[in-house]
This record gives sequence, structure tokens and C-alpha cells, in this order.
Amino acid sequence: MNPLLRKFPLMRSCKEVAALVVAREDRELPATERVALRVHMVMCKACPVFERQMLTMRNAMKQWRHYGGSD
Amino acid sequence: MSATDFEQQLVAQRGYLMRFARLQLRNDAWAEDAVSETLLAALAKPQAFEGRSQLKTWLVGILKHKIIDSLRQRQREVVLDSGSEDDSFDPLEHIAFKDDGHFAQRPSDWGNPEQDLNSRQFMAVLDACTEKLPPMQARLFLMREWLELSSDEICKELGLTATNLYVQLHRARLRLRECLELNWFASR
Repeated sequence: MNPLLRKFPLMRSCKEVAALVVAREDRELPATERVALRVHMVMCKACPVFERQMLTMRNAMKQWRHYGGSD
Repeated sequence: MSATDFEQQLVAQRGYLMRFARLQLRNDAWAEDAVSETLLAALAKPQAFEGRSQLKTWLVGILKHKIIDSLRQRQREVVLDSGSEDDSFDPLEHIAFKDDGHFAQRPSDWGNPEQDLNSRQFMAVLDACTEKLPPMQARLFLMREWLELSSDEICKELGLTATNLYVQLHRARLRLRECLELNWFASR
């Protein structure tokens, strides 16, 4: 990331964003973090892919809960 | 349905219930107890089942309550090894990041999950990956995902701090992600 961008309070690194994307599954993020996340997603190519993985897992767990029924 | 038929049908579900109880409780004796109590509760009031479509679903509903009771009663043991499992391990380190916080390698595109998610094969991988989680992480993760408790409820039931819970769930989710990536998505 461009060091200049670091000065902006809403800038997060991919590592920070990945942590937020995981954390979001279990707790509500503060508004600032939610905005920072959105800002980052617009500029980044890698993090949206990571985010889709987490969404896939969320859907998978939803199906897994019901899958036992057909066992 | 005669009383004995009902009993036989109940007993036939025991193995199925044990599978879930073991996965959630990670302790065979606790699982046996929870399942036995479930069957006893069902036997005590068969009239509660009448009119319901699936015996299995009804039993799992009872089992979930018994499991929550069990976790609550044994809360100290459930979280005893809290932190000791892989304390020094930062799960995000498993994903390589560069010094500036960028992904060293872009995460892989998992493709068209809607199709895969329906396949029994995928569910089997998900099952195996969940089973491979360390016991405490698995208990907490399944309290979220299978018992569908909120984070607040889990903390209350187990006397855990929110921070501790979040750390453990975070680890569990990243481990699961890694396991799925290795065993399902990468091999497609």
C-alpha cells in the first residue's frame, strides 16, 4: 500500500481486512470498521475473493445443519 | 403406532443422534448421557411427537437442548484448555501476507459453490474438516453453527469472556477454511 494512504483513517491492510471478514461472522463490527471494509473492498482484488470464501462457508454451514436430516 | 413400535423407532435413531452429540461434545461419555436423556425424554411423552412429520427432526430438537444443558453443567471442562490448544499460533499466519499487509498470493477462487454445496461429497468433506478441529474450538464453533447460539449466549452459558470466544472462533473458522481449500476446492 502506498505509505501516503496510511494516513487516512479508513485505510486497512489486507491482513486487517481478512481479520474483519472472519470476525464479522461472530460479532457486529463497529461502524468505522464496516466503512473501512467497504472502502478496501472497492480497491482490492484479493480481499473480495477471500470474502466470497467466507460467504461460501456461511452458506455451507447452513446446508450442513439440514443435511443430517437425509442421512 | 403401538408403544413398542415407537420405542423401536426411537432406539433406531440412537446412532444418528450419537454422531451429532460426539461431534459437538467431543467426549463419548457426555455424548452417551445427552443421547440417553434425549431418548428418555422422548419416551416419557410420545404424545408430544404426534402430528410432527419427522421423528429425526423432533429428536434432534430435544438433543440440542440436552447438549446445551450438558455444556452448561460442564462449562469448566468445556473451556478448561482454553488457549492452550494453539496459543502461540496466529491463524492468519497460515495465509501468507507480505510485510505491508497484502496477500502474498491471492486467495483461490472457490468457483461455483452453489452447485457443490448440494453434493453429499462436499458435505462429507465439511464434516471431516469440522471433526478435525481441536476439541474446544470445535465445541465453540458448533455452538455457533449447529446449536445456533449467539456469541453473547455462548459467553453466558460458559462464563467465557467475549475476547476469548472471538479468538477461538476466529481460529476455528480459519482452520476450516484452510481444510476446505486443501481438501475440496483445490482438488476440483
